[in-house]
Amino acid sequence: MPATLDHPAALPTLSNEEIARYSRHLILPEVGMEGQQKLKAAKVLCVGTGGLGAPLALYLTAAGVGTIGLVDFDVVDESNLQRQIIHSQSTVGKLKVDSAEIMLKGLNKNVNVVKHNTMLTSANALEIFKEYDVIADGTDNFQTRYLVNDACVLTGKPNAYGSIFRFEGQASVFATEEGPCYRCLYPEPPPPGLVPSCAEGGVLGILPGLVGVIQATEVIKLILGIGEPLIGRLLLVDALGMNFRTLKLRKNPDCPVCGTHEIKELIDYDQFCGIAPPAAVGPLEVSSHGKVDASANIVDGIPQMSVEELKARRDAGTQPFVLDVREPHEYAIVNLGVPQIPLGSLEARISEIPVAKDAEIVLQCKSGARSQKASLALKAAGFTNVKNLAGGITAWADRIDTSLPKY
Amino acid sequence: MQIHIPTPLRAFTDKQATVSVEAATVTDALTALTTAFPAMQQHLFTPEGKLRSFVNVYLNDEDVRYLPAGEATATTANDELTIIPSIAGGSAFCCPCCCL
Repeated sequence: MPATLDHPAALPTLSNEEIARYSRHLILPEVGMEGQQKLKAAKVLCVGTGGLGAPLALYLTAAGVGTIGLVDFDVVDESNLQRQIIHSQSTVGKLKVDSAEIMLKGLNKNVNVVKHNTMLTSANALEIFKEYDVIADGTDNFQTRYLVNDACVLTGKPNAYGSIFRFEGQASVFATEEGPCYRCLYPEPPPPGLVPSCAEGGVLGILPGLVGVIQATEVIKLILGIGEPLIGRLLLVDALGMNFRTLKLRKNPDCPVCGTHEIKELIDYDQFCGIAPPAAVGPLEVSSHGKVDASANIVDGIPQMSVEELKARRDAGTQPFVLDVREPHEYAIVNLGVPQIPLGSLEARISEIPVAKDAEIVLQCKSGARSQKASLALKAAGFTNVKNLAGGITAWADRIDTSLPKY
Repeated sequence: MQIHIPTPLRAFTDKQATVSVEAATVTDALTALTTAFPAMQQHLFTPEGKLRSFVNVYLNDEDVRYLPAGEATATTANDELTIIPSIAGGSAFCCPCCCL
């Protein structure tokens, strides 16, 4: 029975207070008393309490799902509030699981919130998943997507999946017994070099609301055993055109996890996705907000200049040519008053660089990753004295000019 | 026929969301696309010219990989080709390389 869940033989009873609270469900024959009791008995795990997890957990709590598990290791940042409506002004700086619990308990005192203040890993995923009936994947990176998928298949838990990018979303229900899994659709992750970079990042704040509520709808349908869940279908949401389309998904008989079952345990997903786990110190954006270690002064043949060094050179009147390789809309937010050519068009516009090929050139972006790529491109184009500004304009705003905004 | 370009790949089609091509088969259509926008080539195909495994191409609502004739399937002017890339976003960022 892929589309319905097993429920405990004796469903929990509803108190009079609960009957009053859920009256609009109780008078819907498709939900009714038994359905509401199924919701009360259900345990749903929200992986991530970010843009997708926020509306998802809120609506499931409002609907009367008895137990909501939350997995997140992050703390609430002000920049989350544009879309993560489970958090609020007053919980900025708190752990996300604590912040989310405050909101959920405030919405429905009956809900049992189980907090997993941890990063989901191959070591803990199966242990955490086995306590739940449905898993809702609202994570934000490929490693965790594959980890959640494989753990769902291995534990036999359906995965209410959603993901978003800028103005576009996808939703499906993966890992049911008869339906396809995430790997059937995407056998392999894109190599890191072909993943869209920060320059194409960003997301319309309401889009995760739209997609997260679709995930919540699928979770409720799975618990109640009603309707047609998105099993074997991929829903595409285009918020700008406001188009919704569904595509057919097939279970891949050669899928190593749900087809041939050759994957019997969780693997190293960082390695699978070709990603080195975040290093304590490194030149790239994952760890660029701190000081750059001396050993990291040259990366892939590109010398890394610190913001302190650039400041000293500016003050001494010996500033090298600095080029900002961010996008125009980022430049409009904050800039260092230097020329700008976005990374994507750098190769085509290389002739616009107004200095000689042997002149010292320092490349700058938001936090150092794109400018490192740009440095490699310029070096390949014959520039001989190219440096990367480690930590980018974010490090400059952190350590040199704290009056600058950070985004 | 129309080819729908997903947001992440529009950077390589001058921001166009749909591209019209004349093509007799799926392969023709993709070739016409990469001829018009050469930067798409490396995002859709491996250096050996095979469609990348993290890119799905749908003819109308069917996965081309599961059509009997695959990429050689004949197409008409009314058909729609949709490219579906994997996206990972959920809370904040699109990719692991991004500014955590």
